[in-house]
Amino acid sequence: MASMKDIKRRKSSIQSTQQITKAMKLVSTVKLQKAKTHAENANPFFKHMFETVTDILSLSNNISHPYLEGGRSDRAAVVVITSNRGLAGGYNSNIVKMVMAQGFDKEKTDIYAIGGKGRDGLSLKGYTIKADYSEVMEAPTYADAKKICDAILKSFLDGEIGEIYLAYAHFKNTVVNVPTMLKLLPVEFDEKEETDNKALAAPMEYEPDEEEVLNLVIPKYVTSLFYGALVEALASENGARMQAMDSATSNAEEMIDDLSLKYNRARQGAITQELTEIIAGAAAIS
Amino acid sequence: MADEKNLFDIEIICPERVFYKGQATMVEFNSTEGELGVYKMHQPTTTVIAPGVVTIHELDGIKKAAVHSGFAEIKPEKVSILAEIAEWPEEIDVERAKAAKDRAEKRLSERAEGTDIIRAEVALKKALVRLETRK
Repeated sequence: MASMKDIKRRKSSIQSTQQITKAMKLVSTVKLQKAKTHAENANPFFKHMFETVTDILSLSNNISHPYLEGGRSDRAAVVVITSNRGLAGGYNSNIVKMVMAQGFDKEKTDIYAIGGKGRDGLSLKGYTIKADYSEVMEAPTYADAKKICDAILKSFLDGEIGEIYLAYAHFKNTVVNVPTMLKLLPVEFDEKEETDNKALAAPMEYEPDEEEVLNLVIPKYVTSLFYGALVEALASENGARMQAMDSATSNAEEMIDDLSLKYNRARQGAITQELTEIIAGAAAIS
Repeated sequence: MADEKNLFDIEIICPERVFYKGQATMVEFNSTEGELGVYKMHQPTTTVIAPGVVTIHELDGIKKAAVHSGFAEIKPEKVSILAEIAEWPEEIDVERAKAAKDRAEKRLSERAEGTDIIRAEVALKKALVRLETRK
């Protein structure tokens, strides 16, 4: 049996770890609430944007526009949203794994990393990190999303990349997040959806014309999609961290209980032994 | 004009919040094609918004807001404005807008080597819209 001193030391070390995990859990719970509200606020804008874009595209099937046609380059850009900090369970590694499972050619893929963990993970596996915007993840704003999107869209229009993908953790609810891969450009829509939501009596008019509107709306659409993913990823990250810290705290609790039991037994053993020694000593004298 | 039959829904949505939601008899804003005033039962139109002042005529008064870059979707019963940035007059920092205006004007008049003219023009426009909304 380990000595009482050892057990005591071990127990207090676990106790202080538990304090840390408990505090981190509380912090991420608060951050999660905040991120969740952000994600909910971003939703109406995106929903509207999506409807408008589908409306335009369903009306004007034969518009040819660079945003709707890819393939001018065989390079693909993948925007990978992860977190800057660890201790979030499998959150970051799940995203990295998902990106790798997509079968992108390492030589022909540019990674735009948002979040240090994804950047490190993918560069270790041999992917090219084209740009790193990790600092954005601390507090993503629409202006940040716009800045990054503008840079990526520019490379798309210049023909440097032919396709743009977005990898992030979709926030399903507080305990579940799903690593998701989304194709940003060229824009793709379900044929079925296009025909369904045509309930307007008069056809929509576009000023100045469809192409101009499309030209303006698509970058905004991509940006809003991207912004939505950013705030959702932040919510997912904090959800994952909250869960990881919750289970760490309860694991620590379990270990502390176990160690307390062991400590008490050792103490009891020591007392019994001392008593036996005293009684034996007294018996020897008399 | 201002009676309840002529009310229609107006929504101004920003990425970070729903900026305005309410009913009005008329809404005015700048499109890239010029100034536009929309009443109820307007022809369905989608148009690109130019930086400018959005004026909402509610039953009990007029509301103004600065809107930069976005588009408007007009339907007979509803107008939705999706703007990247929208601000109420009281949210605008006049000093900052003035400083931005002066800076942009200086850049445009000097035309120094390497100046991003388009960016300066956009900045100037934004500043002017902010100042106008505040009036």
